[in-house]
Amino acid sequence: MDEMIYVAMSGARQTEVAQAINSNNLANVSTSGFRADLHAFSNIPIDGPGVDSRINAVLDRYGTDMTAGPIRATGRDLDVAIQGEGFIAVQAPDGSEAYTRAGDLRVEAGGLLATGAGHLVFGDGGPVAIPPNVSLEIGADGTISVQPVGQQAAALSVIDRIKLVNPPAEDLVKGEDGLLRLRGEGDVAPADASVTIVSGSLEGSNVNVAKTLVNMIELARQYEMQVNVIKTSEENADAAAQMMRVS
Amino acid sequence: MNQSLWISKTGLDAQQTRMTVVSNNLANVNTTGFKQGRAVFESLMYANVRQPGGQSSQDTVLPTGLTLGTGVRVVSTEKSFTQGAPNPTGNSLDVMINGRGFFQVQKPDGELAYTRVGSFQLNDQGELVTAGGYRIDPTITIPAGADSITIGKDGIVSVRIAGQAQPAQVGSLQVVDFINPAGLQPVGENLYIETVASGTPTPGTPGLDGLGSTDQGFLEGSNVNVVTELVNMIETQRAYEMNSKAISTSDQMMQYVNNNLGR
Repeated sequence: MDEMIYVAMSGARQTEVAQAINSNNLANVSTSGFRADLHAFSNIPIDGPGVDSRINAVLDRYGTDMTAGPIRATGRDLDVAIQGEGFIAVQAPDGSEAYTRAGDLRVEAGGLLATGAGHLVFGDGGPVAIPPNVSLEIGADGTISVQPVGQQAAALSVIDRIKLVNPPAEDLVKGEDGLLRLRGEGDVAPADASVTIVSGSLEGSNVNVAKTLVNMIELARQYEMQVNVIKTSEENADAAAQMMRVS
Repeated sequence: MNQSLWISKTGLDAQQTRMTVVSNNLANVNTTGFKQGRAVFESLMYANVRQPGGQSSQDTVLPTGLTLGTGVRVVSTEKSFTQGAPNPTGNSLDVMINGRGFFQVQKPDGELAYTRVGSFQLNDQGELVTAGGYRIDPTITIPAGADSITIGKDGIVSVRIAGQAQPAQVGSLQVVDFINPAGLQPVGENLYIETVASGTPTPGTPGLDGLGSTDQGFLEGSNVNVVTELVNMIETQRAYEMNSKAISTSDQMMQYVNNNLGR
């Protein structure tokens, strides 16, 4: 059989996977702090005698779109949005340090501060614990101050500071839990004092809806083209068989 | 089968749940003491197709991997315990907590539940009960022949009995607080029950230790912001439409294969 059909098949298959990435972005259009996934194809030449015989497509370059999402005011004390670049350091389910932009914080059982997805938020030394309080304030640099129960409003005390980091975007990769991590195994980013947050606001998903929809159409058409190539190669094979037939 | 079909399906599911939360908020816009809910979204796990940092040859490492997201889910619906607007009613048995805290009531099965709604009534024994007929805990009994009932900011209930000059103190309303009120489980009838996440209730005197004061003659309105909910509804609807469009596109892709490559 002609190799053309396999080349077209590799293209069609990779387009399907790219469509899955695109659909995942669209599904996460309302996930706070979500960072869109990017996809790109690369070519894998198959060496032939002398010259390359065919070039297959492989979905390869994978990255994360780090542009900021829209910030909207919610008025909730525990909602924080990062202004500009930076991330909140949280504890991943496996205990390691990971980074997120999702700032919908809440207080867990036992008074530990966690994100909406349930990952504990890191402070200066380990997860942040919130004592029983009347009011809680999160400052622009992540400093958490509370008015403990039974104290005067003047007795506002600083309890911890949310660890905010700003590692270079190219060093970050998305893990299987959707959290960002540094590329090196066990690497931890240092706290960065220049990252600022706004409390009472929440950052939405940075998925660009128009772009994603256009991408979806483009991928669908691309897929049809690959299928057409498969069909053409089938027709070619048919024609060849017809010609060779001894009547 | 086509992954993107299922990924878009998770998007539809999540938006549907969000719509339920929005509708419930809007339906309770006039419910006394109702607290607005919010659907919290989380991206589902990523499937690792190619590990970033894997060896692409003896001396080279893959700069990036290929991890495929599998969609989205609603991880929780959390309540926002901001104060609702006070509505003056003039009724002496209407009490509003101005600040933190909950009234403690006893359900028919003997378990304790917590509520922000202070529209109390009297039952046939003269006990203070909620509109649903549940006794507040500790029980407060108003003696027969009470002329007027006064509930102080610190929760002290006193009555004036006809023919007596001095008002008599008959008990005091207790207010309990939780370290994480958002962790309480709503069970309907404006009641919440304690969970592991909410922590244990700390009883206290209204107006002290950061607890809200009890204001007689007022009821706390719903804290639902109608405009926010309507904007949420628009956003939910559009996101739903986009995800269904992704499903129909995936469907068309497969249809194209069937039509053109089928025999």
